[in-house]
Amino acid sequence: MFDTAKDAFVAFEHVQKSYDGETLVVKDLNLQIGQGEFLTMLGPSGSGKTTCLMMLAGFETATHGEILLQGRPINNIPPHKRGIGMVFQNYALFPHMSVAENLAFPLEVRGMGKSEREAKIKRALDMVQMGDFGGRRPAQLSGGQQQRIALARALVFEPELVLMDEPLGALDKQLREHMQFEITNLAHQLGITTVYVTHDQTEALTMSDRVAVFDDGRIQQLDPPDVLYEQPQNSFVAQFIGENNTLTGVVTQISGERCLVKLDSGDEIDARPVNVSKVGDRTTVSIRPERVEMDKRRLSPDAHTLKGEVLEFIYMGDIFRTRLRVAGSDDFIIKTRNAPDQQRLTPGTQIEIGWLPDDCRALDA
Amino acid sequence: MTDTTTSGPMLSADGVPLKKSLARALRRQKLRALILIAPLLAFVVLTFVVPIGSMLFRSVENQIVSGTLPKTIEALETWEGEDGTLPDQEVFQALFFDMFRAAEAKEHTKLGSRLNYERTGFSSVFRTTGRSLDDIGEPFQDWLEDADPAFADGLTWYEMLSGTGGEDLIEDRRAIWANMVGEGFAGDIGFTLSGEMAELLPQTAAAYSDWAIYTAIVDGDVVAEEDPWETVYAALALDFARDGAVSALVAYSGAGAAPIANALAALPSLPEIDFRAAFVAENEGWGDTGNWQTLKIYSPDYTTGYFLNAIDMKKGLDGAMARPENQQIYVKLFIRTMIMSLIITGSCILLGYPVAWLLANLPVRSANVLMILVLLPFWTSLLVRTSAWKVLLQQQGVINNILVWLGFVDDTNRLILMNNSTGTIIAMTHILLPFMILPLYSVMKTIPPSYLRAAKSLGATNWTAFWRVYFPQSIPGIGAGSILVFILAIGYYITPEIVGGTDGVFISNRIAHHISSSLNWGLAAALGSILLVLVLALYWLYDRIVGIDNVKLGG
Repeated sequence: MFDTAKDAFVAFEHVQKSYDGETLVVKDLNLQIGQGEFLTMLGPSGSGKTTCLMMLAGFETATHGEILLQGRPINNIPPHKRGIGMVFQNYALFPHMSVAENLAFPLEVRGMGKSEREAKIKRALDMVQMGDFGGRRPAQLSGGQQQRIALARALVFEPELVLMDEPLGALDKQLREHMQFEITNLAHQLGITTVYVTHDQTEALTMSDRVAVFDDGRIQQLDPPDVLYEQPQNSFVAQFIGENNTLTGVVTQISGERCLVKLDSGDEIDARPVNVSKVGDRTTVSIRPERVEMDKRRLSPDAHTLKGEVLEFIYMGDIFRTRLRVAGSDDFIIKTRNAPDQQRLTPGTQIEIGWLPDDCRALDA
Repeated sequence: MTDTTTSGPMLSADGVPLKKSLARALRRQKLRALILIAPLLAFVVLTFVVPIGSMLFRSVENQIVSGTLPKTIEALETWEGEDGTLPDQEVFQALFFDMFRAAEAKEHTKLGSRLNYERTGFSSVFRTTGRSLDDIGEPFQDWLEDADPAFADGLTWYEMLSGTGGEDLIEDRRAIWANMVGEGFAGDIGFTLSGEMAELLPQTAAAYSDWAIYTAIVDGDVVAEEDPWETVYAALALDFARDGAVSALVAYSGAGAAPIANALAALPSLPEIDFRAAFVAENEGWGDTGNWQTLKIYSPDYTTGYFLNAIDMKKGLDGAMARPENQQIYVKLFIRTMIMSLIITGSCILLGYPVAWLLANLPVRSANVLMILVLLPFWTSLLVRTSAWKVLLQQQGVINNILVWLGFVDDTNRLILMNNSTGTIIAMTHILLPFMILPLYSVMKTIPPSYLRAAKSLGATNWTAFWRVYFPQSIPGIGAGSILVFILAIGYYITPEIVGGTDGVFISNRIAHHISSSLNWGLAAALGSILLVLVLALYWLYDRIVGIDNVKLGG
């Protein structure tokens, strides 16, 4: 995407971080973020994503490597001189100041005049539709309102880079979805570069231009949401993003975009080789529940199919979720759309299932 | 939904008003809570509220004067005492009987000590007079026994005064004894007073009753077998000298009529009745109008005198007035106590804040070690710590030696760090420091580090972030610590006593002095009450300015 790290707005170059001198929390991180991009760092807790964010903000120092902001190394610049806006998990609104005072704080420390300050505060509050709340104390606001104020405060001094550390974690589901939409809109509208940390994959998929999936101190995959979902590069990403059926076996044939996998149960299936290179490799194949086909007519005539026994049928409104026993696995899931002609399977029914070879990805074991 | 639009109070399902059912339901809970705290409540009431209440009551209590000299005080009421004249004979007569009674019960020295607080020297007046009261009564005894030797026999008196109808007087005299000694004088005394005699010889009847009650109840003797006190002889002489007494006595024909007739016959040789001269002769103090003024000023049962003393004033005949400049010590001492407590509180904030910050922000392991260091002084005896400061601070002590060795201080010019206010401030700051650190720490612990980070990410320097964001949130801790330290400091006693010398002592040292050395408990109670009111007033002021809601000890 970028020719050199210098072209990127933010760049991590071989960054490592260790707290205790024994284990690395971040292992050789290389990441370039473009100007105006909305990048999400997604991963389970302890995967190193928050540490990366704190290093970028300047609250943690990298043990090794360089972090560049607009081409300049910032390792030795203290946090208050980096000019990076930040939204914290618990909002960190100053409880002893009113909303307006909270917003005035970054402007005051920059020595801005009163009239200019007031204009900017008004604009920022209007931007998050909180124009009437300037005189309130943070404690008098609801969680969602506090969230908006925290956002306004991070944006009021017009930073070019905004970092957000799980900012929606404390909100209920509905409000969270609404705020996801608002934050992305605002970020794109203002053209600011955003680095967003979350452990919620839905949030990551719906909001981001690109998602970096972290695990074990490394970026496992860095791609736009659709690529990430449809073409996971390894079994961790496949498991972590969305729901996934996995079956294990050995590659018996491989040719270009196709391979044949002999499952541990003895059945054979078609798959697309992703992380396997030669015959005899052990592999985990992954199939999205919604890509499993029950209608043989829609598969190619020579496609391999598997037999399955329906164990459970769950009605979920917009979709049906059916649990099958397939190739010795008891939790093979199929998701089908709730359409008028859709079959509702009853437990005990024997069916035959298959899939397009492209949807079945042979990943690392 | 059921229809609840009825008028009147809400009813519960069984028709009882809802409020009543609720109160009944809660009563059990309240009762249980009360039972749970009952042991502590009883303990606190018995060991804290009651003693302190009775102690504070002493600051106004003054019954000892009217209890010991009831008739003197009564007679003194008409005396103005402003023109320098002594009270008249009646007062001195009453004083004779009151003092005799008090001396027998050994109560007169207590009154002497009490009045000595108000007028130095009064104590010895009471003590010496108490020893020589017999001398004042003896001339009358000699005269009566010369007139009729029967007067030397106790039985003569007993028969003369026995009878019925004088029970009221006996009860009055019992009450006087009980008031003075403070305990019951109930019980049979083996003597009943004749009503006729109580009228004919009122003074004699009263004096004899006094004696009879004391003899029977305190000494446990038989009244008829004992010889009365000199007061009875003096009383008879006084009764004879009363206007119209002689004519009434001539007509008397009851028991003891013969000795009385003999005594009447000897009236011309009756010694001069002048109790004033007799008292002044025994002790010049009774001729001093100043003493009598003091006695009159402090005659009421309750007095403001202790409180006036506590604020460097004194009671005069016409109200309160300031003491002479060289006797004013308490107001100065109160002010010094307050100022030094403020300085100590201030030093505790300055020294404790960084430590509390470290405690709240260090990793758990190092914070625990530091916490132990903070708590260590708590595990050492206060006396030991203060004595250790004595070792450190004295002129040949550790601190001075080090300063001299380093060359900061000249050997001949060693710093005086002890036996003055500097010593008190240093030692007390050290001793009270944990009381500042702990509330500060518990408040700081609740301030998430993300606030400081947020401030820095918004562009604030370390100092601005601290001063504008962290410090305001730690104020409740400062408030709690300051109240704690200040209130502890203002009443501190041991440390100023040991390292304070004369310049560094607090008001509490003065209170302790009056409790244990001068035994002026009333003044000590008044000083203590003022201190208590002062602390409460400051607490109220603090609440008005800072708000007690802003004080946090944690959470």
